[in-house]
Amino acid sequence: MTVELGLSADQEAIAELFDGFFAKESPVSVARAAEPLGFDRDLWGKVVELGAPGMGSAESAGGGGASLSDLVLVAEAVGRSIAPVPLVDHLAALGVLDDPDLVAGDALAGVAVRPADADGVWRLVPVGAVTDVVVGVDGDDLVAVRSAPPMAAPLNHGSAPLADRSARQGDRRVLGPAAAFQPVLDRWKVLTAASLVGISEAALRMGVEYVMAREQFGVPIGSFQSVQHGLADLPVLIDGGRMLTHKAAWALDRAEPAADDWRLNDIEDGSTLASMAFLFTSEGAAEATHRSLHYHGGYGFSEEYDIQLLYRRARGWSLVLGDPADEHLQLADRLFGPVEA
Amino acid sequence: MDFSLTAENLAYRDRVRAIVAETVTPDVVDRMHTTGTFNSPELNLALARAGLVERAVPGLGKGDPIELYILFNELEKAGAPFDGLAIALMIAGVVQAVGTDEQKQRILPTITSGEALVCMGYSEPDNGSDLANIKTRAVRDGDEWVINGAKMWTTMAHEASWVILLTRTDPELPPRRGLTMFILPMDTPGITVDPVHTMATERTNATYYDDVRVGDEAVLGAVNGGWATMMVALSFERGVMGGTNPGVALLRHFADWAAESGLVESPTCRERLARMAIDNHVATLLTQRSAWIAASGGQAGLEGSITKVFAVEAYQKAARWCQEMAGPAGLLQFHQPGAAAGGFVDYDARHSPVTTIYGGTTEINRNNIAERHLGLPKAR
Ligand SMILES: Cc1cc2nc3c(=O)[nH]c(=O)nc-3n(C[C@H](O)[C@H](O)[C@H](O)COP(=O)(O)OP(=O)(O)OC[C@H]3O[C@@H](n4cnc5c(N)ncnc54)[C@H](O)[C@@H]3O)c2cc1C
Repeated sequence: MTVELGLSADQEAIAELFDGFFAKESPVSVARAAEPLGFDRDLWGKVVELGAPGMGSAESAGGGGASLSDLVLVAEAVGRSIAPVPLVDHLAALGVLDDPDLVAGDALAGVAVRPADADGVWRLVPVGAVTDVVVGVDGDDLVAVRSAPPMAAPLNHGSAPLADRSARQGDRRVLGPAAAFQPVLDRWKVLTAASLVGISEAALRMGVEYVMAREQFGVPIGSFQSVQHGLADLPVLIDGGRMLTHKAAWALDRAEPAADDWRLNDIEDGSTLASMAFLFTSEGAAEATHRSLHYHGGYGFSEEYDIQLLYRRARGWSLVLGDPADEHLQLADRLFGPVEA
Repeated sequence: MDFSLTAENLAYRDRVRAIVAETVTPDVVDRMHTTGTFNSPELNLALARAGLVERAVPGLGKGDPIELYILFNELEKAGAPFDGLAIALMIAGVVQAVGTDEQKQRILPTITSGEALVCMGYSEPDNGSDLANIKTRAVRDGDEWVINGAKMWTTMAHEASWVILLTRTDPELPPRRGLTMFILPMDTPGITVDPVHTMATERTNATYYDDVRVGDEAVLGAVNGGWATMMVALSFERGVMGGTNPGVALLRHFADWAAESGLVESPTCRERLARMAIDNHVATLLTQRSAWIAASGGQAGLEGSITKVFAVEAYQKAARWCQEMAGPAGLLQFHQPGAAAGGFVDYDARHSPVTTIYGGTTEINRNNIAERHLGLPKAR
């Protein structure tokens, strides 16, 4: 046997640990209570006790030395519970940061996924409202800036702790050239993709549970074939997205560079795969949460039911990067070569 | 997870690629589309002579089980005529799984040598998705069985040496329990083959069985155990033997044409090419998963349904996009001057509709996912 597409025993243990942890500590009611900011300090404290913030950092820096392939399992668990903690962004940022307080989780880090504007401001940083350090591109440089987080966010679709953050004011460190940001962004895309797979799966479970319980015309609505088929499409998107995300993590974990040959569908480059995984799971999560909401009927639209929390986050967590059409075009450049200007 | 192929896998893949490059010439591809017979004796023989076929037969092969996936993935990506070989190997796998020693000795070498093809007689004029209710009868007469009935869509029947035939042996039993599978030579007296032409280039057949007499040596699996044999066959069909990566050749044909024609500069075109590349890769990964499950001793029936539902709908979407983007040139067929991608755009737009129908329709696969994966009740 060669190809190994199952989880290792260690990975099974990681998945079980984090799924168990979030199921217990962060049922959906916790995310609901954390609205509108989308951050629960107590829950973060428990995440810190678990050692999760530094899990992917080097052991020499006091971290757990986990691979990105392992972190994917953590991110999926975060997604499944829509836990109101910026763990995905923190783990991504720690790809280039190893400050002891960040590794310990006493301070939080986030990623400015889009470069700073001309005024040196990173607009709508995904978890910028609550993180002490933000890493991102400012001009030609990759920089990390430590400053006091605003702890308030503009009201937004996914109840995410979005905020503008300065790339110039605060304790600013230049980490390298702007190009050094690519690995951080790749990590962010892969971990976000994993969290979107998690959210999709949670939406599917919620949908299946609902259609088995809800009766119309004297039978569970889950016995209607059109409802079944609408839900049967979702494992297709979930499994496909999960495989692609795992492959992206595997490719990024491998140190060796690898080339793509789209003509033969041999895609091995980590950045290409990260982009693919992010795009595919973004659409998948939008579809899964929407379908599940739809099969809840009017209740799905009501604030009281949980599916709307998932629906809004599926969009909120992915659209912070920008119009997916742009990401598709960048992927096209990567695969087919850029168009001459 | 580890997505890497071993050095040995890569060597196997390179040997397949080399043989494809040598034997699947433009003439061979053209012949496939002109005759409608998606089979290439030269290719089958070349693969068999290189020893690449026998080692890939499910359950029989001495090679790494992942080789079966590699073989058909390479053939499909290349746009090679592989249906004949795929059906033959699938049935070789069934014979290996449920056949008697005598059947294995008599039948398998004819297939693994790359010479004999097999056709599948399951569907009938009045029963496609509802296979459990097929009507073709096999009746005991002394030491023999007498078979009467009609099958529809018996692809490759006009070239095949063997037919695997689903019959009803006991009409008194509940539908699934009164079925028996046979495997018999196509030159057995009483079999006739009529061509059925399709709206794409592919040809299939209607086959008729009039007082066809065979002995017990033709019974494949248990008498009245035909449904179980059928399930083994379907688990291969929905697995890894092609059919889940049709978009790769389409993307290659179309992107090359888009580059030549300048269409590739359009952002709409580029976005769609990127989407096609993503879907193609997802389809491959899902197929790899089925291969890995099969290689680890499991049956990838459900995962096969998931893969097929995804892959063929993505392919249909892509074929439609390509035809729209190509404009009128996308309406022109093979050999017509100015045809987009040499006629492949038109071809894929005509061919793609069948992919949600044959090999188990998308609805049947969704039923399967809903019931077996989601645990929903039997649909109403
Ligand atoms: C080119 C080609 C090659 C083929 N090759 C072979 C072959 O080699 N051997 C062989 O045995 N067969 C072969 N087939 C037959 C193929 O497997 C059948 O066409 C297929 O199983 C569908 O059966 P049907 O055509 O009778 O459609 P039907 O079963 O009549 O279905 C018609 C429509 O109704 C839908 N439907 C049916 N039942 C349900 C349900 N329970 N719930 C929801 N929707 C439903 C179907 O999804 C479909 O959309 C081939 C077909 C084609 C077109």
